[in-house]
Amino acid sequence: MSEFLQFLFLGLGQGAIYATLAVALVIIYRATGLLNFAQGEMAMFCTFVIWMAWDAGLPFPLAVLVGMAFGFVMGAVIQLAIIAPVTKRAHGNPLPVVMVTIGLFLALSSLAPIIWGTDAKVFPVAFGEGSIELFGASITHRVLGTLAILGLEVVVLWLIFQRTRLGLAMRAVASNEESSALAGVPVGRMLMIGWGMAAAFGALAGGLAAYVGLTNTLMLVPLIYAFAAATLGGFDSPGGAVVGGLVVGVVTELSAHYIPFIGNDLKLLPAFLLILIVLLVRPQGLFGKRQVVRV
Amino acid sequence: MTAPALPRPSTATTMAKVVGLLALAYLLYWLPTFYKASQVGTFIRVMTLVLAAMGLNMLTGYTGQISVGHGAFYGIGAYSVAILVGEYEWGHFPALAVGVALSFVVGMAIGIPALRIRGMYLALVTLGLAALFPQILQRFSDITGGTQGMRVSKFEAPEGSGLANDQWQYYVILAFVVVAFVLVRNGVRSRPGRAMVAIRDNEIAAEVMGVRLSAYKVLVFGISAALAGLGGGLLVFNTNYVSANSFTIELSILILVMVVLGGVATPWGPVIGAVLVVYIPEWLPKDIPLLDVEGSALGPVLFAAVLILLMAVAPDGIMGLVRRIKGWALRQRRAPDVPGPGPNDSVPSH
Repeated sequence: MSEFLQFLFLGLGQGAIYATLAVALVIIYRATGLLNFAQGEMAMFCTFVIWMAWDAGLPFPLAVLVGMAFGFVMGAVIQLAIIAPVTKRAHGNPLPVVMVTIGLFLALSSLAPIIWGTDAKVFPVAFGEGSIELFGASITHRVLGTLAILGLEVVVLWLIFQRTRLGLAMRAVASNEESSALAGVPVGRMLMIGWGMAAAFGALAGGLAAYVGLTNTLMLVPLIYAFAAATLGGFDSPGGAVVGGLVVGVVTELSAHYIPFIGNDLKLLPAFLLILIVLLVRPQGLFGKRQVVRV
Repeated sequence: MTAPALPRPSTATTMAKVVGLLALAYLLYWLPTFYKASQVGTFIRVMTLVLAAMGLNMLTGYTGQISVGHGAFYGIGAYSVAILVGEYEWGHFPALAVGVALSFVVGMAIGIPALRIRGMYLALVTLGLAALFPQILQRFSDITGGTQGMRVSKFEAPEGSGLANDQWQYYVILAFVVVAFVLVRNGVRSRPGRAMVAIRDNEIAAEVMGVRLSAYKVLVFGISAALAGLGGGLLVFNTNYVSANSFTIELSILILVMVVLGGVATPWGPVIGAVLVVYIPEWLPKDIPLLDVEGSALGPVLFAAVLILLMAVAPDGIMGLVRRIKGWALRQRRAPDVPGPGPNDSVPSH
């Protein structure tokens, strides 16, 4: 039982990271109906900025904030300079924009080693190395802290989207771009803020994930977990992304431990199967709205 | 009453095309007789990537779906040949057939859930496959050799052919490429090809016209994956070696770059794209001033920038550029009596 709890908590800790990245994916999907394949690599890039700030002597939490601010600017600039013009040209066809996010994926993942080298960077463990005993299982401070951060994120997101004018405007753009433009909502600026927020959340996920050592492949596999989480929760549901992330984390860690066929090598398999099964059985996810297209 | 005959291309154009094709045929015949084995190896790599890019072009160019997993299908073909020939001592061609069939089946299996909904989800599922593939190789490293790689027995020239092994491999693979090229080119100009384009341009309209969307999309994806598998399998004919490091997401994205750079929905686009994506990194200068990296490391950055730029300004790639120049030249010639846009001026639909 204590062994089960041990891996449950480990899974929740990883799941909180996937949930954070999945929230980033969902923010962009809700705003633009787009799967952002570069989300993970953008997060990895910001994590290097966190590392630079920390390496220069800033306390770690402050360094993470610097990375998130960098992410916000980066996301907004990418939206303004690249995504917006291509979207405009594409006349409602999502594929050129998806192609651009794939291009960004390649650009960022191959730029990082040129800028920061190929050696893994030593990265601080958020909330330190200690652990506490609970029901016979030991839970690290890192896992507890990561879960607390996820809780904080949910509250902040809820406050922004439900309690501020900015959030209202962003929801309006997500629900109907044309009508909100007619109502005087600056649509372009809202999309920029959406991309910026998403990238900032990605930076946070990277800062929590990089304790294993920072290289340009940091977010490659977590991105798939995050996609699995968003698919499971529903691409238009931030709450679904959080639940999905935790489920994916727990399922991954438990199956890696209890199913010898999967083990540590094939850890990605359950998440991959999850994506396939959800798309086959319930494409809108657990909490998503069914897409209805008017002909 | 008979319909007016379509204007036939002028004799001069036809002659130019025939001469061009003959020159190309001679060039392709001549290359391995002149260059050394290592360079012939690069030609072979280009040809196998042409196959993968041709497959992806059917999917992306003609049917409007994106796959980020063609590197994995290329890998499935490569490992099928490597394992069956290397471990079980099969012949190269039966092993290749298995590799192609396996890519086809895996493509269909993961394509079905993704393609039943919108096109973007195929990119998601194939990205997952591309990330999972190296893990599978690692998990079964007792057979695959994992990142250490595995050696495979040579694909040798038959006795008395008078050809070196690399030349024989080159001509065999060239034959596959030519046959696949002709089949794909004719296929996309036939009824199924029109149906594919209809799906790309307007799914709902295509469905109303009686195109079976799911069947077409899944089948095209299967064939597209099988072509990538064929390319990967043939690669092993020459390299005699596979390693888990060779079939990354980066490879998958580069195959996508080949298609877009050359020009989507054109038969020659993938050929031009594959040649450029393989050779440009080799042409880059060895030392880049101010940067502590080798020129070839800049290749992927350059291609990513090109991909983004093409999507922003010229989504129809190099072949699209050629078409536009042709249209412009035609207009210049006809300028006195035909004002307004020429017949070749139509803007590609994406």
